[in-house]
Amino acid sequence: MSTQDLVAGVQKWSKEQPWRLFGSQISILVRNEVSRNLRRRIWIYLLALAPVLIILTHVIVGRHSVDVAQMEIDTDILAGIVQLYYFRLGVFFACMGIFTWLFRGEMVERTLHYQFLVPVRREVLVVGKFLAGAVVAIALFEMAVLACFYLTYARFGSAGKSYVFDGPGLGQLWSYLLVTALACLGYGAVFLALSLLFKNPIVPGVVIMGWEGIAPIFPAWAQRLSVTFYLKNLCPVSVPIHGPLALFTVVAEPVSPLIAVLGLLFLTIAILALSCFLIHRMEVTYTAE
Amino acid sequence: MTPEARQIVFENVSKFYGEVLGVNKVSFSLGPGITSLVGPNGSGKTTLMNLLTGLIRPSQGAIYVLGLMPQQPIEFFRQVGYCTQFDSFPPGTNGYDFIYWPLRLHGFGHDQAAKLTNEALERAGMAEVARRKVAGYSKGMRQRIRLAQAIAHHPSVLILDEPLNGLDPMARAESIALFEAIAKQGMHVIISSHILEEVDRISDRVVLMSSGYVVAEGQIKEVRREVRDHPMQILVRCSNAARLAAAAFELDHVVEAKILNDGHGVLVRTGDAEQFYLLLNKIVSGGLVEVDAVAPADDDVNSIYQYLIGSDGGPA
Repeated sequence: MSTQDLVAGVQKWSKEQPWRLFGSQISILVRNEVSRNLRRRIWIYLLALAPVLIILTHVIVGRHSVDVAQMEIDTDILAGIVQLYYFRLGVFFACMGIFTWLFRGEMVERTLHYQFLVPVRREVLVVGKFLAGAVVAIALFEMAVLACFYLTYARFGSAGKSYVFDGPGLGQLWSYLLVTALACLGYGAVFLALSLLFKNPIVPGVVIMGWEGIAPIFPAWAQRLSVTFYLKNLCPVSVPIHGPLALFTVVAEPVSPLIAVLGLLFLTIAILALSCFLIHRMEVTYTAE
Repeated sequence: MTPEARQIVFENVSKFYGEVLGVNKVSFSLGPGITSLVGPNGSGKTTLMNLLTGLIRPSQGAIYVLGLMPQQPIEFFRQVGYCTQFDSFPPGTNGYDFIYWPLRLHGFGHDQAAKLTNEALERAGMAEVARRKVAGYSKGMRQRIRLAQAIAHHPSVLILDEPLNGLDPMARAESIALFEAIAKQGMHVIISSHILEEVDRISDRVVLMSSGYVVAEGQIKEVRREVRDHPMQILVRCSNAARLAAAAFELDHVVEAKILNDGHGVLVRTGDAEQFYLLLNKIVSGGLVEVDAVAPADDDVNSIYQYLIGSDGGPA
């Protein structure tokens, strides 16, 4: 087959089957972006693994106290780590690092024009990069949560095994994994949009963090505009804390898990749609960076 | 196919960066062949190319490339290849991957993309170093690998921003031969350069740019003629200004000779500055006039022409 035939063949194929082309482009973008992301940003690995190290230390230090009462305390501690550390800090800042860098990083490295000079719709570019960021963030934090969960219950031996497989443990694990994945998607969409809106998304990121913290004092409709509203509804264990910190864990107006999942997915898709709109306004002007 | 569908058309295009002018009211259309955008640094050549490929959006006006706009990226970038001046690459990439992965995004399968990649590497003379990291390339090699990426998908329009920068004479000659071969296939090749001599031998037409404006456009001979015919203003500060003005008026090419308000100088508009300077020398050596200073009064278009084309203004 001559080169001209080859080029003409691909042009015809992509015209006839645009959705297959989009799918193929997204998979290539995800592959390339994941390998780029995994190679860098060591501090994100530290954010994910810090609680694992803390629990490991706790396991080593408290290896003689393995009774059921201690397991209940550790269950609450794990819930606190997931709700107060991962959702509020770990996933939040890791997503800020991963998702704001998807486009803004390419601006800084002066390589974004390569993405804009290929026959790829900019919406496809947004989706591909978002999915790549999501794959990295979800894989990292799911592994970290899994490791935390394992370390928490493994040291209790048969009691721990029974709690996980015969008790509520396995259900809690699935909930934590689901909530972690949703947190990565929700925060990821928010930070991707912020990176397209602002040259320096750090300041708006801090504003978002503040909003996520104080949203519980606002009316129910306003709370639905925060990512943590949906996450808190899906957490399997309530953290026994009181005072101002309870704002971070208490659900004032609970919604069903299905509504919470669908609500967060809807919020994510809506923010992604905004990003697709914003990417069309984006210009490659490296001198302004 | 309509004539417009075979052309690159700029319709009253302006681009402002805030209050800074990028290009202003640019209108022209280009057919197949080699077109050179020529102008000093900062004249708007890269802005025009970035507008053409959608990297930036015009503040006003519209641009069509073979009837397509960059807002239709799938059709548009199958037809267009752009070798930018940005000397940056995705971190960690090697020459082969730099060409291969964009081809995969075009929709080519692995074997097809590999075939086109190898072909582009051969054409750009980069096959032997393709597996090396781009970060270790010389400036000329980086230039050529970008060129290879721009031509790999066999575009109908090839846009090259200062493509000869950093190339040694041998690579320069090879690149020029490649551009000519591509143009002979009926493609559009647009090359920017700040040195006209570098590209005028291979150009079918040139677009001269200065400070964001297109100051001349057409076939190279027409532009040179325009340069020769364009009157130039020369300010002469001297004694006996009336005598100099009278002598200047005797020359055919002098359009105007105006005595300054203070009476100590003449502003001359001439189509042949060289001849006027010869006359001035004669008058000065004859002791009829004492000259204090001589300077071109219009530092814009003419000086750009002189800068670009050289003082003789004659054909290359």
